[in-house]
Amino acid sequence: MTKPKTPASKAAEPTPAQLATLLVTVGRDRDVEAFEALFRFYAPKIRAFMALKTKDRQAAEELMQETMMAVWSKSAQFDPARGTVSAWVFTVARNIRIDAYRRKQPMFDPQDPAFVADDIPPADSEFEQAQEADLLRRALSTLPSEQQDVLKKAFFEDIPHSAIAQQMNLPLGTVKSRIRLAFAKLRTALEDRR
Amino acid sequence: MKVRHHISEEMLLDYAAGTLSEGWSIAIASHLALCPACRNHLSAMEGAAGALLDKISVSDDLGDSWNRFRTRLKEKATDPEAAAPGNSVRAVPPGTPSAVLPEPLRSYVGSDVDGLKWRALGRGAYQIRIPTSDPSTQVRLLRIPAGKPVPEHTHRGRELTLVLSGSFRDGNKLFERGDMEEADDDLLHTPVATEGEDCICLAVTEAPLKFTSWIVRMIQPILKI
Ligand SMILES: [Zn+2]
Ligand SMILES: [Zn+2]
Repeated sequence: MTKPKTPASKAAEPTPAQLATLLVTVGRDRDVEAFEALFRFYAPKIRAFMALKTKDRQAAEELMQETMMAVWSKSAQFDPARGTVSAWVFTVARNIRIDAYRRKQPMFDPQDPAFVADDIPPADSEFEQAQEADLLRRALSTLPSEQQDVLKKAFFEDIPHSAIAQQMNLPLGTVKSRIRLAFAKLRTALEDRR
Repeated sequence: MKVRHHISEEMLLDYAAGTLSEGWSIAIASHLALCPACRNHLSAMEGAAGALLDKISVSDDLGDSWNRFRTRLKEKATDPEAAAPGNSVRAVPPGTPSAVLPEPLRSYVGSDVDGLKWRALGRGAYQIRIPTSDPSTQVRLLRIPAGKPVPEHTHRGRELTLVLSGSFRDGNKLFERGDMEEADDDLLHTPVATEGEDCICLAVTEAPLKFTSWIVRMIQPILKI
């Protein structure tokens, strides 16, 4: 079902490694030109992401602007060794959406003295992260569509797994097993590389 | 210390997607602070979300969004308050002793374990209710005396228990610091604090709804549950 992209449209899209370089540059130099490239790539996606929940183009545009402003202000906190730019941008957008709906979702604090650090260091190069992003993207596209649907509903439509079951008229156990199967497969894809 | 009992995949997904309500999130975030393995799972989920974000294909153009953004950026740069350096990274003073309660839990309670004001629950057990803005859950710290069962243990709906100090046994499973037990109404269980040390744990349960519990109390003798 995935249509092959034309080389021309593909060439316009920055690679995960290029995106990481751009965001690191923004964090270090407050470089507006580098940010514009990120903005052109992410802004339409974030607006579409926000529109899935708000169903209102104007509100979605506002939340997108807010997200991109947060990406700009927090850019120095992005650590390319810990994940991709897209994963990081997703978390920024998610937190803006949580605030917009006046919800609270507390987070752990890596500076906390009770925090238990990982004894295995994260992947140490941008190259490895880019590779991982690639693997994840490929593994995602091989998931059965029913598993992809559950993930999309959870991440984009802002629906908890119990409500997904209701909405799709499925037993809760079925939704749970789709989630487990999907992440088991994604994890295997990532572990195979190591 | 190695955490052996973890967050279920579907609860972690709700947390990663930002759809988990505040009460449950306190337990999930506190477990994440103590468990690198679950933090890795969380990163993988956020990675998947990022990959899905990449795949959103958008047909409409940007319009004047970029120009609007630039205008805001200029306004922001001249705003002295916004230009002040961020204090997002909190420094921990050197030599800070390690804490028993991890963040975000410690901030909710207002102190670490030695500053807590426990309230007697009867039979040697103590509790502290933790106020949140989430009406769907009840969040409490429990202190169960060594060798004694978890008190008041009726089960309606989901329950998360995170061990913070000491340990408890449930059947043949042992739950120690950082371990999380997830239970729902069809699980019949009897957690008992291990001999030798009181067990302090965080318990999040579905808020008791007065009306339903009244009905349940009415029909309980009839159904013999
Ligand atoms: Zn864990
Ligand atoms: Zn229970």
